[in-house]
Amino acid sequence: MDKTIKIQVRRYLPEKQPDPFWQEYEVPLEPKWGVLDALIYIKDHLDGSLSYRWSCHMGVCGSCGMMVNGEPALTCATFLEEYQPGPIRIEPLANFKVLRDLIIDTDDFMGKLKSVKPWLITDEKRDITDGENRQTPAELKAFKQYTLCINCMLCYSACPVVGLNEDFVGPAAIALAQRYNYDNRDSGNAARHDTLLAHGGAFDCTLIGECSRACPKHVDPTGAIQRYKADGAMEYWKRLIWPKAATAPKNDGIVKQID
Amino acid sequence: MSSSRNNDPFWWSFFGAGGVFSSFFIPIHVLLLGIALPLAWWTVEPETLLELVRHPLARIYLFMLISLTLFHAAHRIRFTLHDLLLAKQIDTPAAYLCYTGAIVGTVVTLVTVWTL
Ligand code: SF4
Ligand code: FES
Repeated sequence: MDKTIKIQVRRYLPEKQPDPFWQEYEVPLEPKWGVLDALIYIKDHLDGSLSYRWSCHMGVCGSCGMMVNGEPALTCATFLEEYQPGPIRIEPLANFKVLRDLIIDTDDFMGKLKSVKPWLITDEKRDITDGENRQTPAELKAFKQYTLCINCMLCYSACPVVGLNEDFVGPAAIALAQRYNYDNRDSGNAARHDTLLAHGGAFDCTLIGECSRACPKHVDPTGAIQRYKADGAMEYWKRLIWPKAATAPKNDGIVKQID
Repeated sequence: MSSSRNNDPFWWSFFGAGGVFSSFFIPIHVLLLGIALPLAWWTVEPETLLELVRHPLARIYLFMLISLTLFHAAHRIRFTLHDLLLAKQIDTPAAYLCYTGAIVGTVVTLVTVWTL
């Protein structure tokens, strides 16, 4: 081994000991190795008991998010060389319940995503013979940025409001709601307003902006939330002053039938 | 999530309106009254100024400018307290304190611009 770098991992093995502890490993400092490669090296050569999630190794699946030196990062897209001379401290994503080592519980996040009804909601009856539901490039552009989210949860780790307020639906869920709200094939805004206008919705955001800084896909959840606040405030006043003018709720779309 | 009605969109509306209003107009006031006047780039008789602000439209303008800016500040201070002190419990008392301040300020402003 020529050059090496030290990796300190926060371990948590609930069946062995109740509290998390730190463990240090030394791995080769290979050029072009990501932090994830170091973890794979540890598991293959040094300590098979280490647990972590990953899948694509190319920044698209969103499963390898961890805290690297205190910052949320995709470990497959974060390179060892940038952290010379080390050591590099790796922890599970902040603001989440830890199940084991670097593996966090994603149930709460999944529930929050679902609470904004992220699917096309429409009353329009369409038949297979109607063909594709076409969109112009401009109609696609209206929401395309929000489709780029890979559900990596880095924004939840970066957001201090998520840390303080477990009810907050969070950045990615609001960006995902906007992905459908701005889709011209969708008319489910009213159903999403019910979640986003309520306690725990978009107005719990205090506009810190850390989510957009952390996001590896440039989804800009901060921008999505701010745009929602303007739309949501309009809806709030409509519901207050002239309820008839408020967006009428539509059925919840196909997914509900499958449910 | 709690089922009681969330009033944050209400306060946010004033925060948003105040933000737009004050970021647009306050710099003009600072430039004219805070810089240009003391440096004598521009001179105006106090009586002329008083006459100007007594115009009904000027009264409405001043009222909106001051009141909305107060609501903007109230909302921002409330959220800053929440974020700085890292405490969710502070939010309700902070909200009462900040918004009451803005409401009192609004009443004082109303009386002041009315009786100018
Ligand atoms: S918005 Fe960005 S940081 Fe948040 S989950 Fe999606 S890709 Fe990850
Ligand atoms: S392993 Fe898929 S994003 Fe890193």
